[in-house]
Formats: sequence, structure tokens, C-alpha cells
Amino acid sequence: MLEGSDIWPPVRLTLQLAATTTVVLLILGTPIAWWLARSRQRWKEGVAAVVALPLVLPPTVIGFYLLLALGPDGPGGWVAGLFGGRSLAFTFEGLVIGSVVYSMPFVVQPIRNAFEAFGDRPLEVAATLRATPWDRFWTVAVPLARPGFLTAAVLGFAHTVGEFGVVLMIGGNIPDETKVLSVAIYDYVETLQWAQAHILAVGMLVFSFLVIVAVMTVDRRLKRGGS
Amino acid sequence: MSGDDAMGDVAFRGTLGAFTLDVAFTFPMRGITALFGPSGCGKTTILRCMAGLQNLPGCLAIGRDIWQDSDRRTFLKPHRRPVGYVLQEASLFPHLSVRGNLRFGLRRSGKRESDHALRFDDVVALLGIGPLLGRGTATLSGGERQRVAIGRALLSQPQLLLMDEPLAALDSMTKDEIIPYLETLQKTLHMPMVYVSHDIAEVARLADRIVVLSNGRKIADGPVTTVWEKLDLQSAIDRAEAGVILAVRVVRHDTAFRLTYLDHHGQELAIPMVDRAPGSTLRIRILARDVSLAIERPSGISIRNVLAGIIRDIIEEPETAHAEVLIDLGGAVVRSSVTRASVAELNLAPGHAVFAMVKSIAFDKLSLNLGLAGPD
Amino acid sequence: MPLRPMFRLRPVLAAGIFIVLALSGRPGTALGGEVRAAVAANFSAAAKDIAGLFAKETGHKTVLSFGSTGQLYTQVTQGAPFDVFLAADRARPQKAVTEGFAVPDSRFTYATGRIVVYSRDAGRVDGEATLRAGKFTRLAIANPATAPYGSAAVETLRALGVYDALRGRIVQGNNIAQTFQFVDSGNAEVGFVALSQLAGISTGSKWVVPQNLHAVIAQDAVLLKRGARNEAARAFLQLLRGPQARAVMEKLGYGPGS
Repeated sequence: MLEGSDIWPPVRLTLQLAATTTVVLLILGTPIAWWLARSRQRWKEGVAAVVALPLVLPPTVIGFYLLLALGPDGPGGWVAGLFGGRSLAFTFEGLVIGSVVYSMPFVVQPIRNAFEAFGDRPLEVAATLRATPWDRFWTVAVPLARPGFLTAAVLGFAHTVGEFGVVLMIGGNIPDETKVLSVAIYDYVETLQWAQAHILAVGMLVFSFLVIVAVMTVDRRLKRGGS
Repeated sequence: MSGDDAMGDVAFRGTLGAFTLDVAFTFPMRGITALFGPSGCGKTTILRCMAGLQNLPGCLAIGRDIWQDSDRRTFLKPHRRPVGYVLQEASLFPHLSVRGNLRFGLRRSGKRESDHALRFDDVVALLGIGPLLGRGTATLSGGERQRVAIGRALLSQPQLLLMDEPLAALDSMTKDEIIPYLETLQKTLHMPMVYVSHDIAEVARLADRIVVLSNGRKIADGPVTTVWEKLDLQSAIDRAEAGVILAVRVVRHDTAFRLTYLDHHGQELAIPMVDRAPGSTLRIRILARDVSLAIERPSGISIRNVLAGIIRDIIEEPETAHAEVLIDLGGAVVRSSVTRASVAELNLAPGHAVFAMVKSIAFDKLSLNLGLAGPD
Repeated sequence: MPLRPMFRLRPVLAAGIFIVLALSGRPGTALGGEVRAAVAANFSAAAKDIAGLFAKETGHKTVLSFGSTGQLYTQVTQGAPFDVFLAADRARPQKAVTEGFAVPDSRFTYATGRIVVYSRDAGRVDGEATLRAGKFTRLAIANPATAPYGSAAVETLRALGVYDALRGRIVQGNNIAQTFQFVDSGNAEVGFVALSQLAGISTGSKWVVPQNLHAVIAQDAVLLKRGARNEAARAFLQLLRGPQARAVMEKLGYGPGS
């Protein structure tokens, strides 16, 4: 009834984007979360606020500034120039950058909370057992914060899958490269192809529901484990 | 080994918020040194400074090793200090099994396993935690947790064990379960310990030396019996716990009435029978509240222990009904807690002869130091 | 009952009633009619000018709601309180009529859009040769599936016979405004934008695409059922057809309607 070729590329691309973004987010977000949880700098809440900005800014604002930043007048254009390009907009890499910025608070916050939840005690104990700071981080802090990492990964992934406004503004709607699920649904709705829109939208609905259930389960386990 | 090699030298002076710490003391690298005082006196801070978890200006030398010298900007990071640290809460790593916790410090001791003074199997046997090895930490009882924490600290091959109220979170039955392990540790491993506590009974039973702290300052230090006899501990401890420790010698047992007779500088004391050979020494604790006074040798009363002495000092507490009387027994001092009214009626004053009456029952189990002979 | 408090109360009451009236009564209800207009986003600048004109001429007030034609149409079907609908295409007003949301026979083309190949780089765009030479990495167009300006761009490319060659370099803006952003930010070197978007811009380079290369980009308006009895709504549409509105549109880069 529906040609799979139309529906599946956006799905595949979306999963690819979300997976890549999640990995990048965990790599970048973990040191930020660690610093926010441990630092006693007075201006750290300023940094926390910057990280949290995407929570309150409309995607159009983020998308607009990303478009400028990725373009030839911004750092993105300079990076693209190294590879013979002109702009990072309209590329998969550009979407990853946008998604990372947009989903950052969803990753940093749970990890930071998890790092703060166990306090100084286990790290001090590890120090008296001869563990170096690097050692303590990997063998104590990360395992203890595992539920936080799980929540962060799920939220980061899900938020990227559900992202729309930013992708719309920096993606250029290129099939197989930047035409992700949410944009595809939007196109189907706009062009009155409601059958296709329904298939994707119901899929998103089910997926989102499962994500929320997963996060709540992890959260409960975190609370039980923490007490 | 020279005397200095076998000493720890501690001096810290600094401010943490509204709290000021200013202490200096030395302790031998053998036996148990207690840091004693009420909560907020700074004893935990000293321990944290010794472990390197806190950096207050000062000096810290352990034997020949300088761990901290603020004047020379020397400060050994905590993971470079060979200490074992045991906290009030066991603080086991919840993501590791008992075995994983024990091996955490062992693997990082920086020595080959063959060079370990404390071997895994020995420590496990000593603390009786063999059956727990495969368990998760969440299923352990309070006492088990604390034993594992002690084992974990020992296996990191420390030169010095720092204990921060390791028994304070445990109920008295569990305390009784742990204390023998600490005593065994002391006897078999000769591991020097600095032991923070606010519990007189614990200190009396375990410690050889004591550093008494109040408000971030040292009030007294020295061998535990000497300090106890001589010091006015009023500021360090509350009235109910005030008392003295006497070094006594076992004279004989009365098996018919199940009593043990003790000698203290020529005066006789009787306590419920203890399992110690005649001639051996032990320490007993006499609480001030268990000592009554009479100006003539009393007769026709149930109290068995009547000690003759001279009043050395009377400390009256103006806003209360209480007074504290120090009685010189000819060498040692006992304290008696009486009412100010009694002081007036009996016309008590320094220099007067009195009789101190001690109820036998006051020599309870915890106040007996069964494990260790007195240092003198 | 003592009288004095009553007298003191009276001015307070009067002030209160006045305030309530002032807050609730829109000037329009007292002085003239009100038109609620759903307007395609690309026409927003022109619509504001025309609303100003309308107010001066008739004393009626115009409440303008901007959005994409598709979104506005969906809102209309869901009972949004609009009197007139100024779309960016023909299809949606037509659909509004057939589905019974609009007054039959009220539909007319109020403006025609013009597309321009534009670049912010001076000298880059030089007539159709620019498209034939294809010396650029990205060509921005509006989404042809949803935006008439986009389908006109595709038609132009096909007419010039370069669509297949350039196909892989096309990036799509969700609407013509976003397409303009792509080009104006330099992320795409060239793009098909609306002539109306370049009204205030004198830099860069452009080529106004001849209208014979694509179907007319007709923007239709229609009187919605809700506005059928609103005299002001009818007057607004009347003005929209007239010479004054046409002058405004011409100034802003729109061609005349029918």
C-alpha cells in the first residue's frame, strides 16, 4: 500500500542521527556534568544556565543562530573549508552539531544530578584507598552514576528523534542526508498525505511512550538504589 | 630505629568557616591513640587533614616521611598517603561485591602481592568475613559492613589506620561484636591507629594514649590512665560520663561470692569476678556519679568499696545543684559527683579527709579493659 | 441609612464601570467593524500596509494572523475565528470552498508572486546563465511539495533543462522565508526567493525569473463562512482588489491579481 522506500529512509536517518548525537553528547556532556557537579567556582551556575538555554529557547532561535554559526561567516564555514566545503548546514554533520547543542541539557542534567547524588564520601574513600583522581572517576564515579547515564542516553536519543524546529532550519530537507522523521511527517501533513503521516506519527507516539516508561523505570531504580 | 622514626608528629592551625583548629601533638607509631572530645571539637577535621582529604596549614610527619609541610608547600595527595581510613558509616562501594570492595585497595597498594604485609586471606580470616565475600554490600548488617570496611582499609597496606568513630553508628550489641576484632587487630598486626571517638567507654577500653580536644584545641594528652586521673574533663565530657580510670592489680578471687579483689595503692576494691590471674594488672573506670562521700568510715551499708583519701579540690557549678569533688587516694584521684547542699552540710573543703564509697556494681563490663595491660 | 457613604461610593463605582467598559470594549465594536484575517506569511508586509490603508479609508480594524498556508487552512477547518483567508496558493482557498468553510464565488486571485534567483554575493547571479553554468554547491528553494514558490522554482529549472543536473545540490527551506535565510546567511550561494523579500535590499545579485518559465504563482483570497455577514470583511476584500492595494503590492514586489 505504501512504498517502503519513502518511509524508511527518514526513519533510518533519524536513528542514525540520534545514535551519533547520543554518543557525542555523552562524550561532551560527561566532563561538563562532572565539572558542574564538583566545581566550587562561583560562576559555574552561569555555565549551567548556558547549557540549559535550549530548554527555554524556541528551536527557531537556536536554529537561526546555528544557521549563522554553521555558515560561511561562522566557525562552521571555516571547518567546512578545511574539507573543501562552504558550510556545515545541510549536512549530516551539521545536524549532529545542531542536535548536540539542542539536546545538551537533557544529557548534562541527569548526569550532573547523579554525580551530585552520591556526594564526596565515596570519592574520598577511594582516595584513601590509593585511587588517583582519574582512577576514582572511572571506577567509582561513573559506576555510581550509571542510572544517570542511562537516563541521559535515553533522553538525549529521544529528544534528538523528536527534534524538529532546529533540523528544519539547518537541514535543507535533503533525502537520505537531512530529511529526518519529524520533517517527513510535517511534509506528509502539509501535503495532505495523512496515511503516511499516520504511520510515522503513530510510530513516534509509541516510541515516545516507551522512552518515558524507560526513563521513569530507571528513575525509580535510581531512587531505590540511592536510599 | 630511632625514637623519631617511630613517632607521628601532627600540627594543624587553620580556620574552616567559623571553626578554628589549632592543635599539635605527637603519637607513637604503635598502639591506639584516641582523639577524644565532644562533637564539634575538631577531632574529625584532624583525621581528615591527616588523610589529606582536607588541607589546613600545618605539618604532618609520619616516622621519617613528611606528608605535609605548609611552609615548604609540601602536601602529599590523599592517594599517595599510605593510610587506611575507616568512617562511621562503612561507605562500602555499592557497585562492588564484598570481594570487590576488599580488592579495591589491595590492587592499588603499589606493591606486589608477595610483598604484602597483610594478605587477603589473613585479613579475611582475622575479621571473619570469609562467608561474605560473594555478597553484595546492600545485604550486610551494620557490623558486617564495618568489618568489611576495616578489612578494605587494611588491605590497602597502610602504615597507619585512621578510624573516625567506627562504632558510633552501631548499636551496643554490634559494638561488642566489633571491639574484639579491633583488639585482635591491635595484638596481632601491631597496626598503629588514630582513633576518633566521643565515647569514654570505647576510649577506656581500646586506647593507650589519648589526646583530649575541646573547641579545636588540645586540652591534654598522654597515656590514657594518667590523663584521666589528672584532668578536669568537665569541658570535654558531660557530667554523666565524667569519671576516672584506675590502674589496679588483681589480688585474689572469692569463688564463693564470685568477687575479685583488687589492690590500688594499698587500698582494697571488690568487683564482680573477672577472669584474670592474680598479679595481673587491669584498668577500671569509676564514674563520678557512682562515688558517694562520707566524713567518717561508714558501717552497716551495702557498699563494699570504701577508699580513704584527702579532698584535693571541689568544683561547684554555680547555676546547678551539682558539685564535683576530687579525692586524692595517695597517688590516684577519684572524682565524686555530689550536690552542693552535701558539700555545705558535710563541711567539705580541700585538705579534709573523706571516705569515697564506690558501688561494686559500677565496675560494669564495658568499663573493664580486658584486652590490654596498663602502660605503666 | 446614612447618606454620606453612598455619595462617596458613587464616583468609585462610576470609575470602575468606566474601566471595565474601556477594557472590554474594543474601539472597533464601538466605532466600526473588525476583520480577522488569516494571511500567508509571505504577504505579511503587504498585508500590514493594506490594513493601515483599510483603517484610514473605512475606520474598520483588521486583526492579522500570519502563518503558513497549510497551517492556517488547518486552523480554519478546526473552527479558528477568521473572516477572510489570504493564502499563498490557489489550492487551499479552493478546498475551503469545496469543503464548505468559505463562501462560494468569493474566491479571487489578489496577487501573483514573482520568483528571483538571488545571491548575496555581488556578480554571482547573471541571468539564466548562472543556473546553466552551475558554479555553486548549494541551491536553495522552498519545499516544492508545500510551497508554491518552490514548485515554481522547480518548474523554472525544468524549463531551462537543468533540473536533473542541479537536483543533487538543492536544499529546501520549509517555506520561502526560510529559503531566503539560507541564501542570505550564505549557507547556500544561490536560491530562488520571492521578489517581495528583496524589496529593501540593494546589494548582492539577482535575476528576476521571467513568468513564462513557470506557472503563475497565484495567491488567492476567500471570504470564510464566519465572515459572510461581516460587512467589514467584505469591504476588506473589496479594497484588496482595488487600485490602492495593487499599488502597495507592486511596490513590494507582487504582480497584480485577476
